[in-house]
Amino acid sequence: MPNSGSVIKAAFRRHDVQLAGIICVMALVFSTLSRTFLSAGNLVALLENYSVMAIMACGLLVVLISGGIDISFAAVAAVSQYLTAIIIIQLGGNWVLAFVLSAGFGFLLGIVNALLIYFLKALSVIVTISTMTFYFSMLLFVTDGKSLYDLPDWFTADLSLFGIPFPIVVATTALLLTVLLLSRLALGLQIYALGGNPEAAKRVGCNLLGLHCLVYGYSGLVAGFAGLVEAHRVEEVVPGALIGRELDVLAAVVLGGASLLGGTGTVSGTIFGIVLLAILQNGLTLLGVSSYSFGLVTGLVILISVSVTAYAAMRQRKRSAVNAD
Amino acid sequence: MDEPTASLTHEEVAALLATIHELNRQGIATVFVSHRLDEVMTIAERVTVLRDGHNLGTYWVRELDRRRLAELITGHVFESSLKPAFSVKSAPMLEVRGLTREGQYHNIELEVRPGEIVGLIGRLGAGRTELALSLFGMNPPDSGEIWVDGKQVQLRTNQDAIRHKIAYVSEDRLSLGLVMPQTIADNAVVSVLDRLTGPLGLIDETHRTETIKRWIFQELRVKTNNAERPVQQLSGGNQQRVVLAKWLATDPRVLLLDSPTVGVDIGAKAGIFQVVDALAKRGIGILLISDEIEEVLYQSHRILVMRSGAIVGTYDPRRVSEQELREAIYA
Amino acid sequence: MPTEAAATPPPARPAVIALCERDPTVVMLAGLICVAILFFGSFAPARFLSAETLRSMAFQMPELGILALAMMIPLMSGGLNLAIIATANLSALVMAAILTRLIAPGTSPVADGSAVALALAAGFTTAFVIGFITGAIVAFLRVHPILVTLGTMTAVKGLAVYATNGGVIGGFPSVILFLGNGSMLGIPASMILFLLCTILVGVMMNHTPFGVSVRMIGSNEKATRYSGVPTGWILVWVYVVSSLLCWVAAVVMMARFNSARAGYAESYLLITILAAVLGGIDPNGGFGKVLGLTLSLVLLQIISTGFNLLGFSPHLTEAIWGATMILAIAIGVIREQLTSRLWFRRTRDSESARSVGVVPEETGIRERI
Repeated sequence: MPNSGSVIKAAFRRHDVQLAGIICVMALVFSTLSRTFLSAGNLVALLENYSVMAIMACGLLVVLISGGIDISFAAVAAVSQYLTAIIIIQLGGNWVLAFVLSAGFGFLLGIVNALLIYFLKALSVIVTISTMTFYFSMLLFVTDGKSLYDLPDWFTADLSLFGIPFPIVVATTALLLTVLLLSRLALGLQIYALGGNPEAAKRVGCNLLGLHCLVYGYSGLVAGFAGLVEAHRVEEVVPGALIGRELDVLAAVVLGGASLLGGTGTVSGTIFGIVLLAILQNGLTLLGVSSYSFGLVTGLVILISVSVTAYAAMRQRKRSAVNAD
Repeated sequence: MDEPTASLTHEEVAALLATIHELNRQGIATVFVSHRLDEVMTIAERVTVLRDGHNLGTYWVRELDRRRLAELITGHVFESSLKPAFSVKSAPMLEVRGLTREGQYHNIELEVRPGEIVGLIGRLGAGRTELALSLFGMNPPDSGEIWVDGKQVQLRTNQDAIRHKIAYVSEDRLSLGLVMPQTIADNAVVSVLDRLTGPLGLIDETHRTETIKRWIFQELRVKTNNAERPVQQLSGGNQQRVVLAKWLATDPRVLLLDSPTVGVDIGAKAGIFQVVDALAKRGIGILLISDEIEEVLYQSHRILVMRSGAIVGTYDPRRVSEQELREAIYA
Repeated sequence: MPTEAAATPPPARPAVIALCERDPTVVMLAGLICVAILFFGSFAPARFLSAETLRSMAFQMPELGILALAMMIPLMSGGLNLAIIATANLSALVMAAILTRLIAPGTSPVADGSAVALALAAGFTTAFVIGFITGAIVAFLRVHPILVTLGTMTAVKGLAVYATNGGVIGGFPSVILFLGNGSMLGIPASMILFLLCTILVGVMMNHTPFGVSVRMIGSNEKATRYSGVPTGWILVWVYVVSSLLCWVAAVVMMARFNSARAGYAESYLLITILAAVLGGIDPNGGFGKVLGLTLSLVLLQIISTGFNLLGFSPHLTEAIWGATMILAIAIGVIREQLTSRLWFRRTRDSESARSVGVVPEETGIRERI
């Protein structure tokens, strides 16, 4: 019979449990220091602010688990957002059409990534840096960097489901979709297998081309969602608005315990990673700390977090190396 | 099955072979591709021998013995004979006293004299590799003493070990022994880089070329015409010669050989042991770690058996049978 | 010597093929450069093929060039340094702060000189410390370099923003400005600085124990460590050298803009990776030549200047940079397939045929120890 102490110890060693603990401590500290922190208004605004990031993180998480990396998702979001906006401004439409269009464009651009990575056998980071540069620069070149302001009224109007703001609804949907893909479908297992050992995955009969298309296509698809939500929130389409977020999103997903080597990562961890960064920045703002310090704090959190994780893993390895030959 | 046992331990191999037997009983035919004679002799009924892309015919295994099969594979005749008794009475080159590392090995006592080949045999997991790594400064022991050439030494890193003229040939050539994609030349000099520098800290090209020429071409006669080719283009036996060249360049007096013939085909094995013998004759003390009984029996002057982290017996190869050794190892 | 003498192929093969085999990336880049020169030369001969254009290209290249060198060394060690731009900017800000504090219109040339020296030393120290911390975390905690440098990038940029509130520090003495805008014998001073760095890095990577170790680590860190190379410290120096190159880039950048700011040149970050990989630096580590990198920088610069002269927006240029990268990878893949087929045919009957690329039994090796 396992004793309860060791169960608790084992739980504490789990990454997302540790993260949740840190988040609780931070929330506690901030709520004692600032009364507005735990107010419903603040929390909803917080969630809404980080919903776009959460949506994009879903796609990146899936790609990371498969052993790849996608740097181009923000550029994909910008392109599909812009194309969709042009169509709904010219032809009108509704939310369903907008979603289908934006997700479709994102999916196609993601497929381009997948095909290049698969057929050129190139590193995903190099390919997606190239396509990011290409997609985004072409967007700026073709549009001359002009923003679109005359979005239809139905698009910019406030929207909510059971009182929950639209961005949060979409983010929740994307997260649930990712949970479904990763842990409820057989395909999810294949994605983990691909990340753990591609050669083995191939030999047990996984369709690698199909899996590549799935993960990069999925990343593009949710990037399409993210683009729409962003446009809805700020009520305009600015080509460069989403660019530069790639590494922030990567930081959040990695904080959430996904490995760059593939094969590991969970949706819950990713959520915790984002919430951690969100609470940290929000708390600092409420405490009146200059917003100029966010970068420094975020950077230190990343550095400390990855270092501590690595140190713990090293000690663990040393302890378990005892019985290894 | 294409080389299905390449990365398996003995127990796992046994389990796999049992599974294949079971499958055969159920009427499933198996093609078993391997370069390991033992496995083929155990599992196969018929064997087809390929050498350099030519089919040398198919034989019934029951009509073959190991030696005949080895001859077919390599085209050479093998003579195996025991080593003569080791009679040099000089002081030990390497002495280990009461070496212990918690959970890995305990109270290890051993000595290797100049020119002596000491076989160390034990199952995977018996602590052989851990002990070797400790003697190479990469796995600090908890207690005990290591003496090299009459002086007690502290080995904190493998640079310390190299400085005390200890060299270690890893059991895992592909991922620890060589840097496969890089050139033969760079692999040969990587262990002595800091000894090749001239003024300004730049590598002295003549010195480098001479080192490569001496060890790769003259001493170990690696089969290549261009040392600037990736080492992975060499055959297994020649790769192992590059590993030896790399370590000989450091001018070692103690050579720890950890399963030096894993993944080397039978023809090249003999070549490697010729090299090892020559090194012993030059006065290098050699600790030969292996899990092949036949190998230690025929290649060493003295055999130590290691079981669950302890040395459980010392044997004279001329007075012990394979069966006795097997019992000592698997008791 | 057997190494060289025996390498001579039996029948005299055309020199071009020999060169193609030895250094395919350089040949490909040279080819692409020729194509680009012909292309722009035929569309705008008068303007493109002028000394003026050449000079302006020589002024634009060094910044990206030095930063690309700073990216190249970690790439060759099998890592990556995402913090290069942030390091350059923080180091520039430190230097700018010292220069603007200590140098007023009235101060003497001697005082100015020592202020410049102090500023340079402070910038150097800043870069050194950042590189050392990054390297130590990569080397001794074994954290993936992307993660570490993602962290240092965010923190270092954050520190720069925090200290300056995102503002600009500007107005430097003429010595500094000379490095960005002056020329010696018609060659821009920054270009000379870039060439010096190139030579230095080239010598370091090819002719020192450090360089050989970096390449070996890039291919297999563990095997290199087992060979007695102190890989931990080598990795620390990899990031220190990378950071110090950022310091040189910082001097050139602040001189060109006559100012420093936390957010300058951010778009260069991913472009440096592009330039390095286009120049044949293996993003998996272990291989790469400074010559290849230099040629790829020249190619990118020609594309940029050419399209600029033809009146296209800089965005098109960047798009074409991205496409060039994909094209270069594709050419590499096709070339590899062709040569491996040729090589295989030549060696099929020899004893080494077994080791042609794929060694089936070694795929999916179990992690050991």
